Amino acid sequence: MAAIETENLTKDYRIGFWRPQPYRALDGVTLHVEANEVFGFLGPNGAGKTTTLKLLMQLVFPTAGRISILGRPPGDLDLRRRIGYLPESPYFYDSLSAEELLMYFAGLFGLRGPGRQAKVSALLDQVGIGGERRLPLRKYSKGMLQRVGLAQALVNDPEIVFLDEPMSGLDPLGRRAVRALILELRDRGCTVFFSSHILSDAEALCSRVGILVGGQLMAAGRLSDILAFQVTGWELVMSGVTPSMFAVHGEQVRHVTAIADGRFTIELAAHAEPDRIMAAARAQGGQLVSLNPLRTTLEDYFVEQVRARQAGVPARRAMPEG
Amino acid sequence: MARVIGLIAYHVFKESVRDRVLYNLVLFAILLISASYLVGQLTAGQDIKIIKDLGLAASSVFGLFIAVFIGVGLVWKEVERRSVYNLLVKPLRRQHFIAGKFLGLALTLAVNIAVMATALYAVLAFMAWSQPELAKASVEAPVVDPNLMKAFALIYVQLLLVTAIALFFSTFSSPMLSAAMTVGLYVVGHFNADLAHFETVVKSGAVAGLARALYYLLPNLAPFDIKAAVVHGQPIAAGYVLLTSGYGLLYAAAVVGLAMIVFARRDFK
Repeated sequence: MAAIETENLTKDYRIGFWRPQPYRALDGVTLHVEANEVFGFLGPNGAGKTTTLKLLMQLVFPTAGRISILGRPPGDLDLRRRIGYLPESPYFYDSLSAEELLMYFAGLFGLRGPGRQAKVSALLDQVGIGGERRLPLRKYSKGMLQRVGLAQALVNDPEIVFLDEPMSGLDPLGRRAVRALILELRDRGCTVFFSSHILSDAEALCSRVGILVGGQLMAAGRLSDILAFQVTGWELVMSGVTPSMFAVHGEQVRHVTAIADGRFTIELAAHAEPDRIMAAARAQGGQLVSLNPLRTTLEDYFVEQVRARQAGVPARRAMPEG
Repeated sequence: MARVIGLIAYHVFKESVRDRVLYNLVLFAILLISASYLVGQLTAGQDIKIIKDLGLAASSVFGLFIAVFIGVGLVWKEVERRSVYNLLVKPLRRQHFIAGKFLGLALTLAVNIAVMATALYAVLAFMAWSQPELAKASVEAPVVDPNLMKAFALIYVQLLLVTAIALFFSTFSSPMLSAAMTVGLYVVGHFNADLAHFETVVKSGAVAGLARALYYLLPNLAPFDIKAAVVHGQPIAAGYVLLTSGYGLLYAAAVVGLAMIVFARRDFK
């Protein structure tokens, strides 16, 4: 059974007071997330990521489409005992301390007594809230609030955790800690669905991603699959060579750039045959330092999709699921 | 379900007792009740009545401030600051959230009214102890009059009704607008009885019919005001207090029910 499924999920908002105009925030999104995977929901600002998460959490209601989480509709109370959610830039009750807030939320899941106290204490340790846990939340920095937000999302040991921009507001140490936490959750068997516009997070964490642009799902699948066919060339680094050695390969070689100490970077076209070019250079005394494919980055992919939408050109087809 | 509502209510109470605005209001009310002792000194022979009157009025007005100012922000603030997102994804229904919010503020109000009633009784007990001749002269009602509790009970039920109205507006409207509409309904509610006999002042049957419909629809708050009767020692039947309280509680429950319906369908953009 899929952990999360959406079918043709659509959300229209009405904008304006006197003559409200419909605005389509999400347009026919069909998603399929397997259990025990880290799924990255990526897209530029305003793509509809938060709207999707709010629909999954039933904080907004869909205009059309269907949602199923662990085989249940999103409003189901039994389902809510099994999921956790961190909203974007979370905000909590000012006057409560982190400890009080977590005790409160743990109580809503039916946790009581010393077990509740122990759980709260362990969670705050896990997210790195130390002695500050008894201070009112109004004294917390944005990064600390984000950590408290993560802790409250995990208070019920969820089977699926939904994180909306979990790295937002965190310093590099905090980001690293959250990445480690997400991988730890995955290792424990938890499904993680997180939204982000920071692509390195997705590259470091996700088994699969969905890419949303302008409310439409442009691609879903393995990140490597989405970008693999987008090899735009090769970067060959060799030592003991001269630029003239590569002139014979014609258009297969785009640039040859000297680095230092007799090393050169040779940029090859996508259609080039790197093995043959390397072999020819080696035969003349060259030595291989490295060879890397030049792929379209997620950033390039986003930019391409956004430009295509702005120009009214149909964007590149979404990848099939899986 | 009851445990979840209780937890939410407890946290509303906890949050409001940590609110400085609440302390300021209660302190000010207690000061006013205490100051009524001084005012009483200036009015020969009327000391006890003045103290009771001022004490009950202060409790009513400051209770109203608390109900309106905390009530209108109860839901709105949570939605605006998005703290509601964390709560509504927990295993509870939106209706539980509204019920918890209402009961939490009801608890806060109960404690405040109890504090103000204690302050008034303390001032009256001090009067009775320091000036026994006044106690003897007070023939209409005893100085430390148990009937004051009836007035406090009806003030409290009226505040519950006001809280329900403030909470209802808070589910879809900004605090300023909610406060204006709640206070407006409070004022209208005190003159509601006039609408029942509107046909005596207008000729149009339609207008009179509309006025009568409004009479039934809008809250009738005048019966909750028994301050003058209590201060002057007039008898207040327990049945009257129960019936009026029943009306107030039913009305409040209906308004909270409406708030639940509105809130359950709301999108949090």
